Amino acid sequence: MLDILLAWFEGIGKRTLRFLGNMGGITLMFYRAFINIFLPPFGIKRTFKQMLVFGVESIPVVALTAVFTGMVLALQTTYEISKFGAENYIGGVVGLSMTRELGPVLTSLIVAGRVGASIAAEIGTMKVTEQIDALETLAMNPIRYLVVPRLIAGITMLPLLCALADFIGIGGGFAVSVYTYDIPSRFYMDSFQDIVGAYDLFVGLLKTIVFGAIIACVACYYGFKTSGGAEGVGRATTIAVVSSCIIILLADVLLTALFVG
Amino acid sequence: MAEKNRKIGKKVIIEASNIHKSFESPVLKGLNLKIYEGEVIVIIGRSGCGKSVFLKHIIGILKPDEGSIYYNGLNISELSEKELNDVRMDFGMLFQGAALFDSLTVKENIGFRFYEYTKMKDDEITEIVREKLQMVGLVGIEDMYPAELSGGMKKRVGLARAIASEPKVVLYDEPTTGLDPIMADVINELILKLQSELNITSVAVTHDMVSAYKIADRIAMMYDGKIIEIGTPEEIKNTDNQVVKQFITGSSKGPIDVISGK
Ligand SMILES: Nc1ncnc2c1ncn2[C@@H]1O[C@H](COP(=O)(O)OP(=O)(O)OP(=O)(O)O)[C@@H](O)[C@H]1O
Ligand SMILES: [Mg+2]
Repeated sequence: MLDILLAWFEGIGKRTLRFLGNMGGITLMFYRAFINIFLPPFGIKRTFKQMLVFGVESIPVVALTAVFTGMVLALQTTYEISKFGAENYIGGVVGLSMTRELGPVLTSLIVAGRVGASIAAEIGTMKVTEQIDALETLAMNPIRYLVVPRLIAGITMLPLLCALADFIGIGGGFAVSVYTYDIPSRFYMDSFQDIVGAYDLFVGLLKTIVFGAIIACVACYYGFKTSGGAEGVGRATTIAVVSSCIIILLADVLLTALFVG
Repeated sequence: MAEKNRKIGKKVIIEASNIHKSFESPVLKGLNLKIYEGEVIVIIGRSGCGKSVFLKHIIGILKPDEGSIYYNGLNISELSEKELNDVRMDFGMLFQGAALFDSLTVKENIGFRFYEYTKMKDDEITEIVREKLQMVGLVGIEDMYPAELSGGMKKRVGLARAIASEPKVVLYDEPTTGLDPIMADVINELILKLQSELNITSVAVTHDMVSAYKIADRIAMMYDGKIIEIGTPEEIKNTDNQVVKQFITGSSKGPIDVISGK
């Protein structure tokens, strides 16, 4: 009986240690990449390529998600708030939800799945085929070569994607409110302007800068940690996506608590 | 055939002293080796005995658990990142699996250092790349990606990358494995030519005894995590050491236990 209990505690202890170890590793990855941003050689071309991957290529899926989110939000909420006659405020409700929460978080989760997976797989493959070692033999710091461009792409592109998602989501909500619930378009716009301020937009975009850094660092961290051939690459990819999603959601709670009001 | 360069100076360029390294189990167990400037030294030993691990120690990708590697008197494992990278500019390394960058073309792979660290124009780099490709017997593949090449071609592109910036020391991990016998000999000649013309020091790991006898000034046999025998090809051929004898004659009978490698 005591044995089982001890084993149980030991299991918890081990997991906690592993979790803390990984968090430390991810933080260290961020720190080292951040320092290396300022050291030559600067990979302008590499960074640009990662921005394309992170930003431009994510536009379709982000836009699709945003428009449907905005529409569902309007469909559901208008119905509920019309019960007490508040349907004319739907513009503000959709606007606030999108800019503060759904825009940043949904965009980040999607990009974590799409881009985080590909980063982890690419770097993981480079690790198991000794390409990372080869970089070192050519006197190139792998962090500078691989992580820095992705970190820069993450923190610059995610806010842009999020702004786009906000805009499209609010448009989706507008379409549903005006054409399905016959709310005058002026009411939608007015309530949006009354309720949503620049501060809300700012908080949302600030979140995505943090989330962008999380996606890049977590994916790179698990990529660099890869061992054990193709199977290892698969494992790294999965764990990178799952971890970055969880860390994004945790960070979201913290950031929201910090900026609420 | 290029003449072997017998004017090897007695200056030690690389010294491995008492190197210990363990992964799950010990791999290197107190390895000592002096490498002289301008020589071609061939390291032989059974598969899995730690030859590739040792090469990675020389260039500082792996750090010894105990012991030190000296390059021109500098302790590799005590250098700062910048100093280490400066030292690495003197080195070229061919990996066992070539380790070409998948996302770059052949030209960008071979010209990596020029693109990253020099302001050379694309034309000049193209010219160097073409010349190096020719040295390894390849033409017209500059714009192909590694995935489009055969195994032997990858190996040779890896070789071209290793020698592209005319390093002082080149580490070859099985340079002729996977090549047809004729191409293997082209590579042997190339290694000798680099030595005689540019006085490049070469450290080559190989299982190909024909190639080893041909290119080596000295052959070192690695066994049980140490160098157990070292000498000229003639000395190695006539050795009394039963372990070495069994290895170079390729016999399954002898003191080496085939299963455990002990
Ligand atoms: N990164 C690593 N992590 C764990 N173990 C390793 C690592 N690299 C090498 N090893 C182990 O070290 C031992 C020596 O490997 P190494 O690649 O140096 O062999 P080798 O002599 O080059 O063999 P081969 O001739 O087959 O290439 C092997 O048992 C291998 O399992
Ligand atoms: Mg090897």
